[in-house]
Amino acid sequence: MSLQMNRRDFLAGSGTLVVSVMLPGLSAHAATPGTQASRMALKPDQLSSYISVNRDGSVTGWVGKVDMAQGTEIGWIKIIAEELDMPPERVRMVQGNTEETVDQGGASGSTGIWRGGHALRNAAAEARLTLMEMGAAKLGVPIDQLEVNDGVISQRGKPGRKVSYGELIGGRQFDVQLEWNKEYGNDLLVKGRAKPKSPSEYKQIGKPGTRRRDVAEKLYGTATVMADIKVPGMLHGRVLRPPVAGAVPVSVDNTSVKDIPGVRVVWQKNFIGLVAPKQWDAIRAARQLKVVWSAATPPFPEQQDLYKHIAGAKVMKRDEEVNSGDVDAAFAAAARVVEYSYAWPFHSHASLSPACGIADMRADSATVWTGGQKPHHCREGIAIMFNLPEDKVKVIYTPGPGSYGRNDSGDATMDAAVLSKAVGEPVRVQGMRHDGTGWDPKSPASIHRSRAAIDKDGKVLAWHFETKGFSRREFFRDEGSPERTLAGQLMDWPLKPVWLLGVPGESYSFARRKTSDTIGPLLDRASPLRSSHFRDPGGPQIHFASESFMDELALATNTDAVEFRLRYLKEPRDLEVVRTVAEKASWQSHVGARKQMRGEVHTGQGLAYAVRGATRVAVIAEVEVNPKTYRVWVRRYVIAHDCGQVIAPDLLRQTIEAQVVQTTSRAVFEEVKFDQRNVTSVDWLSYPILDIKDAPEAIDITLIDRPEMPPAGAGEATCRVVAAAVANAIFDATAVRLRQVPFTPERLKAAWV
Amino acid sequence: MAKRFNLNVNGRAHAVTADPEMPLLYALRDDLGMHEPRFGCGLAQCGACTVLLDGNPARSCSVPVSAVGAAKVTTLAGIGSAQKPHKVQAAFIEEQVPQCGYCLNGWVMTSVALLEKNPHPSDEQIRDALTGLKCRCGTHLSIIRAVKRAAQA
Ligand code: FES
Ligand code: FES
Repeated sequence: MSLQMNRRDFLAGSGTLVVSVMLPGLSAHAATPGTQASRMALKPDQLSSYISVNRDGSVTGWVGKVDMAQGTEIGWIKIIAEELDMPPERVRMVQGNTEETVDQGGASGSTGIWRGGHALRNAAAEARLTLMEMGAAKLGVPIDQLEVNDGVISQRGKPGRKVSYGELIGGRQFDVQLEWNKEYGNDLLVKGRAKPKSPSEYKQIGKPGTRRRDVAEKLYGTATVMADIKVPGMLHGRVLRPPVAGAVPVSVDNTSVKDIPGVRVVWQKNFIGLVAPKQWDAIRAARQLKVVWSAATPPFPEQQDLYKHIAGAKVMKRDEEVNSGDVDAAFAAAARVVEYSYAWPFHSHASLSPACGIADMRADSATVWTGGQKPHHCREGIAIMFNLPEDKVKVIYTPGPGSYGRNDSGDATMDAAVLSKAVGEPVRVQGMRHDGTGWDPKSPASIHRSRAAIDKDGKVLAWHFETKGFSRREFFRDEGSPERTLAGQLMDWPLKPVWLLGVPGESYSFARRKTSDTIGPLLDRASPLRSSHFRDPGGPQIHFASESFMDELALATNTDAVEFRLRYLKEPRDLEVVRTVAEKASWQSHVGARKQMRGEVHTGQGLAYAVRGATRVAVIAEVEVNPKTYRVWVRRYVIAHDCGQVIAPDLLRQTIEAQVVQTTSRAVFEEVKFDQRNVTSVDWLSYPILDIKDAPEAIDITLIDRPEMPPAGAGEATCRVVAAAVANAIFDATAVRLRQVPFTPERLKAAWV
Repeated sequence: MAKRFNLNVNGRAHAVTADPEMPLLYALRDDLGMHEPRFGCGLAQCGACTVLLDGNPARSCSVPVSAVGAAKVTTLAGIGSAQKPHKVQAAFIEEQVPQCGYCLNGWVMTSVALLEKNPHPSDEQIRDALTGLKCRCGTHLSIIRAVKRAAQA
């Protein structure tokens, strides 16, 4: 079980009631510990919902977000420790549990530091001010004569006159109201009277060297992650999926598993699963159970017809973004029009372990354990599905395998809940590999057409970029309602699809029109190709096309690729990342493919740049292409990254490095395979990802720190530049332009000139 | 039908009663309550379940419990501890390698075996030894850095 002390214990253990901070202007307040336990009492506008001081003077930060093991936790700790002038070792975080943290949206959209950290910073600043006021009263010294060192307030010049945070309020709760913007989720913000420190006062922010808390225990095998949780009396569940997507159970032969001890089959509407006391028995029973499935019409096109299908499919929604320029007039006046098309396949989240969820459903309450990144949404979904008040559903977060948007976790918890409700015992569900890769949410496949109008001098007059593909939110981005889960869909909950794919970020200064057409799913209910968020949703697809096209335009206008960006980008931060990356990679100005050789292999460099929210990133990929085997190896990446204020540089580097490797995997190796009946990518052989032999030798990252700006998201921005940079580098190395992901040897061979 | 099997895990004797076909992984996780070997694929394709059998890396998801016999099983927790870390564990901590860490057993246990046979591997030998292991989070570069660090320790 998690080592986290829950808030109830924390309060109970303090041996006191919650006592107000007795300050002028603040009302006295006493509450019983129990009232803190439910969401109603866990108020977003109370400082105590975010920060508390323990009896030993250490500090606990409470956050309704979760760290997907990229060090966000350390970012929060540094932010809190900085404002409170505490050593970071004496600050700990509680993340995500619905009874202990306010709904701040979980891990979502790289907002952990940007939004979550913002709220915590304001709360911590307010906590410090409150403590200083208390210290001033206690010591009888005006506040402006006080200083804080390591959580001890003392009179400047008289270190003997001191009082610690712990002595002032340890074990009790702040009773301080914050200004709350009345939003939940990612949008929640709070602020108090206090102004956070200015960057010039920072002692910890932006400095390297803070160790993550979860690493050592993972190495010693002493960590408890989601898959390790055991609940007394827990049964093991498995859910059966049909051989043809869309088929539903028609009959079940329970006697086919009667030789396996303790198996119980659960069949409700189109949901069919089973439980057994031992996991191995549940696995065997799921293999052995005889189910007759309906004769469903195979729902999918042949794989090679996917992009044709997208091109011809009915548009459910068009999103359009036009800037001020007159695009039609520019095309009418153009001396030349350059046009190319690009395609991106379905990708599987393919988390390293198939998701695990545990549910203990009682008549009027529920406890759920999830490794998913949005515990508060998990609570909402379970509450609606089983008609429970939200405050009767307790969701406990314990880290699952790396999740980058919407993996299969929400399905596993709902499956566990359905099974637990049916059998009246706690149930743990963890699928097999084919349940994970085969049936997890997919990132959407899409096609892109890009056109540019060029005048007689080679100047780009206008750009028209069209995206068409599946929704990145077909069944939303979280499990906050039953129809967003496989179990809910199998149990006939009305579908509420969201049609959204996206357009490239705003960057270039030419007149442009960007449209995004979202099409409907291939199978609308319980589809193994249902599409949702996967790290920078829509970003890699769209920017693969747009940034490949910028290189093609550079070539068409006889311009070096770096020079092309510098010519058409205007914002100084954009220009700086491009200039920096070019310099760090020793970029040599050139036009077109150089086809350089190093020994037996072709080598090339390729650039891509993008903006994501308030983050800018430019990357140069250096590839080797083997003309005999057609293997593409990205030997080195050079990256310039500007996400505003840098909180924890070493962790930021690792986050960038890992997302570059992950997106390299997607660009070079990954494609969900399917036939007309079902997804056929069901394991690591049929869904290969990057192997360590294909990992780059180096990823050189330059962080452009802007302490005067707020910190922006950094967990996803670099995902969107990787594929285009690699494609552009392959072109430089070989003169082969790949306009379709992944860049497999077969595809390269077919296109070789 | 279920049978009784004696297992030697991290130097201690254990007995489990299980279907002979049940993979060792489930005996370690479910019967002995160990956390370290993880389920990733059950198909010997990822390495998340790796243990050492008499010093050699083995994928416990694909070794029937009946096939273990007298072999000494070593798990991640069996190679070292916070008090006495193995140099590979220490190096992985120093490099802050894991993200989710669900993949870690494969990388660490295979690296331990590699360094036993070849204490100073080249980059290429490291990649060769670790090929086939999976990490979805993309921590590969820090893994290579950590193995090199361990080799220098
Ligand atoms: S779980 Fe054993 S190799 Fe993947
Ligand atoms: S760290 Fe998550 S799979 Fe390797």
